[in-house]
Amino acid sequence: MSGLCTVRARGLTKLFGDVVALDEVDLDVPPGLIHGIAGPNGAGKTTLLGILLGLAFADGGSLELLGAPAGRGRAVPDGVTGFVDGPGLYPALTARGNLAALARLRGPGAPTAGVDDVLDQVGLTDVADDKVRGFSLGMRQRLGLAAALLSRPRLLVLDEPANGLDPAGKRHVHRTLARLAAEGATVILSSHRMDDLEELCPEVTILAAGRVTFSGPLGKLAGENGELDYRLVTSDNDAARRVAAETDGIAVLEDAGGTPNRGALAVRALLPALDRLVPRLVQARIAVRELTPVVSPLETAFLALTERPESPEQGPTAQESTESREAGR
Amino acid sequence: MTVTPVTATARPVSVARALRFELVKQLAPGRVRLLILACWTGPAVAVILVSGQGTLPSDTLFGRQMHATGWAGALAVLSFAGSWFFPLLTSVVAGDVFSSEDRLGTWRHLLVAVRSPRRIFLAKALASLAVLAVCVPGLAVSGIAGGLVAGNRALTGLDGHQLGPLDAAGKLLLAWLCALAPVLAFAAIGLLASVIFGRSPVGLLLPAFGGLGMQLASQVLPMPAAARVTLPSFAFLSWNGLFTSPPQLGALVAGVAASLAWAAIATALAYRLFMRRDFTSLAHDGSVRRAITLGIAPLLAVWALSAAVAAAATGATGSGIDQAKLQSSLATAFAHLYRVQGHEVNHLNVTEAQLRVTASCTKGSGLVADEGPGNDWRCTVTWHLPGVSDAVGQAVYQLDVSANGRYVADGDGPNEVNGYFVVRTPYGTAPNPLWQFDGLVDLLSPTSKG
Repeated sequence: MSGLCTVRARGLTKLFGDVVALDEVDLDVPPGLIHGIAGPNGAGKTTLLGILLGLAFADGGSLELLGAPAGRGRAVPDGVTGFVDGPGLYPALTARGNLAALARLRGPGAPTAGVDDVLDQVGLTDVADDKVRGFSLGMRQRLGLAAALLSRPRLLVLDEPANGLDPAGKRHVHRTLARLAAEGATVILSSHRMDDLEELCPEVTILAAGRVTFSGPLGKLAGENGELDYRLVTSDNDAARRVAAETDGIAVLEDAGGTPNRGALAVRALLPALDRLVPRLVQARIAVRELTPVVSPLETAFLALTERPESPEQGPTAQESTESREAGR
Repeated sequence: MTVTPVTATARPVSVARALRFELVKQLAPGRVRLLILACWTGPAVAVILVSGQGTLPSDTLFGRQMHATGWAGALAVLSFAGSWFFPLLTSVVAGDVFSSEDRLGTWRHLLVAVRSPRRIFLAKALASLAVLAVCVPGLAVSGIAGGLVAGNRALTGLDGHQLGPLDAAGKLLLAWLCALAPVLAFAAIGLLASVIFGRSPVGLLLPAFGGLGMQLASQVLPMPAAARVTLPSFAFLSWNGLFTSPPQLGALVAGVAASLAWAAIATALAYRLFMRRDFTSLAHDGSVRRAITLGIAPLLAVWALSAAVAAAATGATGSGIDQAKLQSSLATAFAHLYRVQGHEVNHLNVTEAQLRVTASCTKGSGLVADEGPGNDWRCTVTWHLPGVSDAVGQAVYQLDVSANGRYVADGDGPNEVNGYFVVRTPYGTAPNPLWQFDGLVDLLSPTSKG
C-alpha cells in the first residue's frame, strides 16, 4: 500500500503543551489525486499541512512522503512544496523577481518550470513586473501557487488556496490544480469552501478536534449522509409535485431548506428514491431542468460530523484551544 | 490517472544558493542600496566639505587636524563611524535579517524552499557579513579618497610625533582592520537580537542602542580599565593607540580579542536559538525574559571573563588613568609639539632630548585623588630652553581626560608659548600647535614613574 501512496500517515499525533492538535491521524493519498482537508477552525488542518511540509514534526506516529520516511531530523523530500497560512512573498521584489529568485535558489540540477510559464498558468503575466507590495490577497495567492509550481511538485500542499480569489482567479487556480493532478502530481488542499472542495476533490478528509471523522471518496460521504434536501426545477412543477408525492421515499417540502423556492420544488429523499423519481417524471412527460442538493452533501456531512452539542459545564476543549492558537496564524 | 513512481530524496538547497537568495532580498529594499551608496560617497564628501570649513570638529579625534592633512579627515571618519555609524549600520544590516521574515510572514515559505534551518542561518549570517563587507571598505576608501583630495600631508600623532603620509596611510589601514572586530561583534549582537525578538522592532534597534548604552556606561560609570577596554564599543576607538610612538597595543589587542569573543558567542547563541525555534507559530515577538536569560546574561559573562583575562594579563587596576601616566604622556606630547612649533615660528631645530620636558599634574586642585578621568586636571610643563644655559620655561595646561584615556590639553599660559596665535605652515596659517592638542593615556600599561 505504501508504495502506491504519495502520503501515508499512521497515528500522527501533535501536541502543543497540553493541547492535542492532532490525535492519531491516519491519511492515505495516492498519486494524481486532489485530496481535500475540511474541518472547523482549530480542527488541526494547518497543523497537519505544516507537518506534511516539514514545518512541524509530529510527536507520535509515522509519516511517509513520496515513499520516503519524513519527520524530525529528515529534510522533506524533493518534490514536496506548497504553503500554509498564505504564501510567503517578498514585497520589495516584483512577481517575476520573486519567482526568479526562487528558481535560482533551486539550482540548475533541480526540475524547475519556467517563470513565464507558471505566471501564465496562474494568470499573472500582465502584472509580472509589478512589485508584490501592491498585490491583492487573491493575486498573492496565485503568485504563491506559481511559486509552488516552479519546482514541478509531486506533492503540492495548499492551505486555503482560494482565499481572496475572484471568479476568474479561482478558475485559473482550479484549472491549474486539475492539470497538475492529471499529470500525476498529488494535491492536498484545505478549504472552508465546501463548493471548492466538491468541485476539485474526489476524496476528502474531515477533521474535528484533531481527529479524522471521515476520510474517503465524496460519493461514499454522500451515501453515508442519509436524506438530503434537493431543489427540483421542471417544465411543469405542479405535475411534478403530484408525481413526487406519489413516489415512495420522497417528501415534498414547502421550501428548499430556507432557500426561496421561486419556480422550484423542494424534496427530501435518499439517492435511491431520487433514482426512482426521475424516470417517473420523464414517463409523465415532465422535463427535468434542475435537480441539485440545497445544501451540498459535503457540507451536510461536514456539519453532521463536526457539530457538537453545547455543554457549558465543560472547560475549553482541545479544539477550542487549537482554534485560538491557529487564529493567530 | 497517471501513476508516477513514488520515491524521493531529500536535497536541501546549497548554502551558496541560499546566500544568493538572501542577498537578492537584502538588496531589494531601497534603504540598503542607499546605505551602500552613502558608505561609498558620504565620507569623501564630508571630509572635503569639512576640511574646507573654518570651524573644525575638534570633538572628534583628529578632527582639529583636518586643515593640516587629509589623513586626519580619513581618521575622523573612522572615529565618527566607531562612535555612531557602525552600531547603526549593523542594526540595519544584521538586526533585521531574521526579523524581516517574521514581519513578512515568510518563514514557512523559506523553510519549504531551502529545507534546512541550518543552511538558512548560515546564509543569513553570511549575507549580513557580505553587505557589511561592501559597506565598511566603502567607508574606508571613501574617507581616504576625500582625505587625499583635502591634502596628502604629514599627520600629528596622539603624542605629538609626526607621521609622514605613507606611515599615516599604513596605520590608517591597520586601524580600519582593527575596527572590523567590533563591527563583527555588533553584527553578531544584531543577529542574536533579530532571532530573539522576531518581528518586534527591538531586535532592529538593539545594536544601535546597545552601542550607545555601552558608550554611555563607559563614560559615566566608574569601571576598571580592563572592563572598559573589553567592551566592543571601546574597540571601535582602541586603534587610537596605533598613533603614538611606541604604539599602545595593550588596549588594542584586548579590545579586538574581546570583540571577536563577543562575535563568536553571540553568533553561537543566535544559531542555537534559531535551530530550536518552533515555526508552527507565525507570530514571534520575543520576550524580555528570553532576551535576558539567553542573550544578555551569556554576553555579560563573556564580558566579565574577557575583562578578568585582560586584568590578569596586564596587571591593570583601577581606571587606568593616573597622575604619573598623564604627566609622562603630556610631557612627551609637549616635547614633540614644541619642536613643531619651534620649526614653524622660529625655524629652530631642537630635539626632544634637548628640551628635557617634565610635567606635573594635579586633579581637582588637590582636593581629590590624582586619579581617574575628569576635566579638572591641571598640569605644569617644564622644559629647558634651548641655547640658554640653565634657563627653564614653564607652561600650564588644563586637561579634560576622558574615561577611554583620550585627553584634550588646553593651553593656559603663557600666551606666547601655548596661547592662541596663528603660525605659518606649508598649507597656510594654523593655530599654534601647543595651544590645544589631543593626547592619549595607555589604560592598560603599568603605572609609570615619570
